[in-house]
Order: sequence, then structure tokens, then C-alpha cells
Amino acid sequence: MAYSDKVVDHYNNPRNVGTLDKSSTEVGTGLVGAPECGDVMRLQIRVNPETQVIEEAKFKTFGCGSAIASSSLATEWIKGRTVEDALAIKNTDIVKELSLPPVKIHCSVLAEDAIRAAIGDWKKKNGVAEEAAVAAQAK
Amino acid sequence: MSTVTSQIEVPAGVTLPIYMDNHATSPLDSRVLEAMMPYLTNKFGNAASRNHSFGWEAEQAVETAREQIAKLIGATAKEIIFTSGATESNNLAIKGIAEMYRERGNHIITQVTEHKAVLDTCKRLEKYGYRVTYLPVKADGLIDIEDLKRAMDDKTILVSIMYANNEIGVIQPIREIGKLCHEKGVLFHTDAVQAVGKVPVNVIADNIDVLSLSGHKVYGPKGVGALYVRRRNPRVQIAAQIDGGGHERGMRSGTLNVPGIVGLGAACEIARNEMDTEAAYLRGLRDRLQQKLESELDYIHINGSMEHRLPGNLNVSFVYVEGESLLMGINDVAVSSGSACTSATLEPSYVLKALGLGDDVAHSSIRFGLGRFNTQAEVDYVAAKVIDIVKKLRELSPLYEMVKEGIDLTKIEWQAH
Repeated sequence: MAYSDKVVDHYNNPRNVGTLDKSSTEVGTGLVGAPECGDVMRLQIRVNPETQVIEEAKFKTFGCGSAIASSSLATEWIKGRTVEDALAIKNTDIVKELSLPPVKIHCSVLAEDAIRAAIGDWKKKNGVAEEAAVAAQAK
Repeated sequence: MSTVTSQIEVPAGVTLPIYMDNHATSPLDSRVLEAMMPYLTNKFGNAASRNHSFGWEAEQAVETAREQIAKLIGATAKEIIFTSGATESNNLAIKGIAEMYRERGNHIITQVTEHKAVLDTCKRLEKYGYRVTYLPVKADGLIDIEDLKRAMDDKTILVSIMYANNEIGVIQPIREIGKLCHEKGVLFHTDAVQAVGKVPVNVIADNIDVLSLSGHKVYGPKGVGALYVRRRNPRVQIAAQIDGGGHERGMRSGTLNVPGIVGLGAACEIARNEMDTEAAYLRGLRDRLQQKLESELDYIHINGSMEHRLPGNLNVSFVYVEGESLLMGINDVAVSSGSACTSATLEPSYVLKALGLGDDVAHSSIRFGLGRFNTQAEVDYVAAKVIDIVKKLRELSPLYEMVKEGIDLTKIEWQAH
């Protein structure tokens, strides 16, 4: 399997690897995938409670090079965005950016799921309903 | 910033990339090429041409090769049939026996970790009304002889069990299986592709009736193989699967691949002369590799029996690291993985699954296939590189972090996708 230069770059120099304190109310954690499927992604965000901007994003991934690259790219993209903006990221954007072949599309889907799961966890912790988040964004 | 790129120094005398995938194929030994060259150039005759010197010369070369192959496995030259490779040999053996002995019975016994050339052949026969029993294997990869005994009935005509496995290198109890088959009057075929030339194989002592072997796994050329078909006690009959000029005692028509056959013969002769020293050498390299990996890494799992195993095989799962990502990090070393991501089917290795390992362990497996031309310096480099990359990927692995924190991964509700 030949990898695109961008996948190789993310694999060789993964961005934002690490762990945030999952007990913090500012932190949302998404854990998606399953070991028996060969990929598990954990994506964490630290959100500014005032601005709802994702100020920090960290990941760890068990999976192939494309899975590592997809999650690494996802952390790069969501950093600095508001949570609602981050939800606009689609797996197809990741496929395009990393030139993933069809057999690796599920890696990008998993990355999108990880973003949603992390944001969902943060919302749950902070009692943020969908409407409230949208309202905050509109301000 | 963390980085996965490895900075391991390449020792003197080691050229990259390193080939350590000798179960897939082996490089052609230069001595084999030398033996083949005349038959690729001026000695181009057809071995079936009976009326001129070009034909006689080719036929003579083929008969010499037949002797060389027979000698390596304790057979006689007349019992060797040339084919295009072991896939064809396996097809010919199983389909040819099934067809020839149909009136005696329709039951075939094989086992779950066979090569696809055996499994898919058996599956096709099931469509034609044959019954096939696929024996399970134990956690060490070996079949239980009692299971085989129980599976046999009065309709059983053939048992096909591989000599050594291509992924985990485990060697089945061939002699016992053959003995049982002979007691019950059932024919015994073995796919011995990985074993011939690596460990002593003797069709008489091992009670083998039909045996498949291949050129390119023993430092010979690709596109040539052979089938041993026993002529005495019992005399095995095989229905041809390719019709034509009646070559190879009517069992396999088609003009003989003379240069390939000469190469296979030469490769077998070299193997016979050098097997003992080579096996000891490879076992030394393999044990060194294993010892280095085990001394530096935790959570590593050796797949399959270490006791009954090919000297050059090591199959290891680096748990909590996915195999394809590991291969990507050691891209100057040619090895294989049982990870789903490296297979066309996107399923993890069925061989590893048959051992009762979880899919997660199969996804983390790497097969090292050491061969004649590997050196100790290469082993040292590969070990250092693998250790380095596994450590880096575990820094990236949420599973490794969770296990280190004492979390039981089996208690987590994963979302399979």
C-alpha cells in the first residue's frame, strides 16, 4: 500500500499527541472504534467556557498509518475553532486532504466520529444543549 | 513534538532494504541460477522430443532433477510429478484423489489453518457433493490427533494436513497423522511447501502418500513445483486435472518447464547438503531476534508452538500496536503482518484467529521469515528498529496507556464499526 506524502508526514510527525485530564469540566473525551476492528481513536478537547473555542486538542490512536494521520489532522483542524465550527468538519474533507484510498475511508469516518464524541462529552459535562451552543455561536 | 521516524544506525555490511519474508518467497540462490542458465539459453529442447539430441538433453536434465528432488524427501524419481507450483500440486492432489476414489467414499479431512490452495480446493469439492471436515487447532497451532481419529469414518478417502504452517511456522505431528491414516486405509496428503528443505522430510518414515512442494520457497525459481505420488504401499492413483499430451505419467499434461525444473532440482540438492547447518544457523538468528524483542518490550505474544516450529520462523504480536502502522515504521525491512489492514479482505489472519487469539492480537502480529541469506547484523538492526518503533507507537496508543493505568480493556463497551 502506497501512502500519500501527507499521511506519511502525519505518521512521522503526529501533531498534538497526548492526554488531557478527562475529569476536568473543560475537557471533552471521545473514544471511538474497537480493538478487535484494529483501530481505536481517543480525541480530547479543552474548551474555553467563555468563548466555546477549542483551545487544545490531543489524540492517541491505535490503528494503521491512515488512522493515525486522520486523527492527527483532526486535532490540527479543530484547534482554534468553536465547538460548533468543529462539528462542521466532515470525513470527506479528511479523505480529500490526505488523499485516502477507498479502503481507508473508514479511518476518516472514525476521526469524524471522534470529534463528535469528544464534543458530545464536553456538552454533556457542561449541560450545553444544542440550542444553547448555537445561540452562543450566534452572539 | 513526538515523532515516529526511527534514527537507528545501520550497521556496517547491512544493505537496506532487508528481506525477512522468506515464507512468502525466497531469493534465487546464485548456484541455482547457474544450473538453470544453459536451459534458458542454448539447451532449449522440449523434454518430450524423443527423436533428436535437443530433446534428449532436456529430458536428461529433467530426470536428474527428479532424482535430486526424490532424494531430498526419501522418494524415488518415478514418484515425482512436475507442476507449475504448490497451488497446482495441492489442487491436483486433492481433486485428483477425490475424483479417483469417489466410489470408495466422499469424505475429506483437513484443518482450519491450511493454505487457501487447500481450503478453497476443499470448498469447491463440497459443491460437488464431497463432505469436508475442517479440524480445529489447539492454542499452539497443532491439531489434536484424537480429533482426527474421531473425524474419520468409513467414507473417509483423504486426509490433507500441512507439514508446516506458512504464517506461524508450526510443524504438525505428520508422522503420527500418516501412521493413523495408514492404519485406517486412508490416503494422506501434505502441503510441505514450507517444510521441504528446511526440516528433514521423509515420505517413508513420515507415512506420506502425496506431498506438495514448490521451487521458490527453497531458493529455487518461481513457477515450478512438484507433487510426490507414492507408487508402493499403497500405490496412489490421481485423476489428471489438465488434459493434453499425457506428460508426467498421464497425471499432468503440458510441456515441461525445463529450466525451472533444473532449478528446482539444484535447489533441492543444495538444501539436502546444507539443511543441518542452515537450520542451526537460522534457529540461532531466530532465537536472538526473539530474545532481543522480549528483553526490551512488554506485552509481546509469540504466536504458535515454539517447540514444533520451523527454525526460521518467528510470529509475534506486539499488543496495543496495529500491525500495518508498525510495518510503515519499519519500511526498510520486508516482513508481513496478520493485520486486517494488510490483507485484501480486510479481515485479520484466519490462522491467528484459529489459535483462539482475539482479533486485536491478530491485528498486532508480525511474521519474521528468516532465510539463508540473512545475517546476524541484519537481525540486530531489525530488532533495534522494531523495538524503537513499537515504543514510539505505544506512546501513541490509547490502549497501551489505558492498560498501563490498570484499565481492563475487556470491560469497556467498544463500538465495533
